Amino acid sequence: MPITTGDAAATPARSLRQRWISACARTDPDQLHILADVLGIDGTAFDVLRPAENGLVMVRGRAGGTGQLFNAGEMTVTRCSVRGRSGHVGHGYVAGRDKTHAELAARLDAHFQAQPDDTTLPIVAELEQQIGERAHARQQKSAPTRVEFFTMVRGEDE
Amino acid sequence: MYVAVKGGEKAIDSAHRLLAEDRRGDRRVPELGTDQIDAQLGRAVDRVMTEGALHDRKLAALAIKQAAGDLIEAIFLIRAYRTTLPRFGYSEPLNMRALRARRRISATFKDLPGGQVLGPTFDYTHRLLDFALEDEQPAAEEPTDASNVVELPVDMPRVLEQLARDGLIEEATPPTNEDTREVGDITRTPREFPADRDERLQSLVRGDEGFLLALGYSTQRGYGRTHPFAGEIRVGEVTVEFEPEELGFAIELGDITVTECEMINQFKGSAEHKPKFTRGYGLGFGHVERKAMSMALVDRSLRADEFGEARDAPAQDEEFVLSHADNIEATGFVEHLKLPHYVDFQSELELVRKMRAEIEARQPDPKPEAAE
Repeated sequence: MPITTGDAAATPARSLRQRWISACARTDPDQLHILADVLGIDGTAFDVLRPAENGLVMVRGRAGGTGQLFNAGEMTVTRCSVRGRSGHVGHGYVAGRDKTHAELAARLDAHFQAQPDDTTLPIVAELEQQIGERAHARQQKSAPTRVEFFTMVRGEDE
Repeated sequence: MYVAVKGGEKAIDSAHRLLAEDRRGDRRVPELGTDQIDAQLGRAVDRVMTEGALHDRKLAALAIKQAAGDLIEAIFLIRAYRTTLPRFGYSEPLNMRALRARRRISATFKDLPGGQVLGPTFDYTHRLLDFALEDEQPAAEEPTDASNVVELPVDMPRVLEQLARDGLIEEATPPTNEDTREVGDITRTPREFPADRDERLQSLVRGDEGFLLALGYSTQRGYGRTHPFAGEIRVGEVTVEFEPEELGFAIELGDITVTECEMINQFKGSAEHKPKFTRGYGLGFGHVERKAMSMALVDRSLRADEFGEARDAPAQDEEFVLSHADNIEATGFVEHLKLPHYVDFQSELELVRKMRAEIEARQPDPKPEAAE
């Protein structure tokens, strides 16, 4: 089962924090709510340092996929920063304009920083697996549309 | 030139109320939800995102609803909205090797590692109206025969990379001065000519599909021929990564759907260099295949100087193409003709009258003009 991107070889090893911030961004906010409840995260236990804010990130591509950089167009992104009781500052960055999503992600970032890695790792791995499964399922809907084209050879009568 | 006029507020308010009523249409018909536009008019959403140069499906769907389906008006709304938001920064370059392709075809190689994957396509449809879609509840779909279906491989090597490995096509490598050179951004710096390829590509992504389609077509018909082959066309999801300043490392923001077209074009060589195919590149948000293909054709045509080709066709004329590709700039200038030009026209009218009077004065016995 592939996890997140299909090109693991080209992705440098990522820190656990990098992984959980990414996983929170790519997980549905409803599901993050459930996770926050399960983890006993109390929304009132955080100071909001930077209220959730909508903004833009300019998406960059490369000519030919690997060549010269160019700015392809922007996407909406929402960010939020909070400080937990432990003093850890959590940041949330999510695609789209859902402020609740960004704030939840920021709280989870602050929460995970205050936890030992071995507690967090299985949670992150589970989120990543679900993200990977969803992406995989979406792509595999095209599997039955794979074709073999046959070339018709003309004018080769004996 | 037009001059500001005063008055008409009441009429304008009434016109806007009438527009809202007109947009809503027959109230016996249920109102269209933006989620329905997103889900069921996806190609319109994709076009508005690509030419609006802003990836946000919900906003594009809202703009389409507000514009009553006038896509250029919707693109205008998106362009205006984006100016209200702060820019957090630039993403990491999209990792197109990791694109999870749901459609992937090549017109140059029959047998591709990973295979040809048609995905959701209008190709091979008969273009016959399907009257079953008129019914609110269309007939149940036949399930796809899942037997003998082989999973798509995670890794599908890119067609042009394979060719480049054998030295048969120019490499797509970053310029050597990439670390020191700023990437052109037409949203920040006004366009200048000659433009570099980065600014050209940015302009082409947001460029009008119809305009680029016509230009691409013109190259096929001989106005700046580039002998194109659709090397690889892919539609799929790619993860956008971004490095926020406060974190100092890249994180994933989410997945976006993109369409990529890699054109293989006529080869170039010289006494010292063995001939190689050249390339044109197209990219857009969502499933925008016609646009990506047109863009790739025009990108290649605009590289005429690089390959020492004569620039004698419209599609090769950078200033002409880039100055006219943006449908919001174009519609702004064309549609401004509707604004009051009363004073301007009065002066022209006086001038014409004066010139006619001068001629009449010189001709003692003018023949009466035919009634108009």
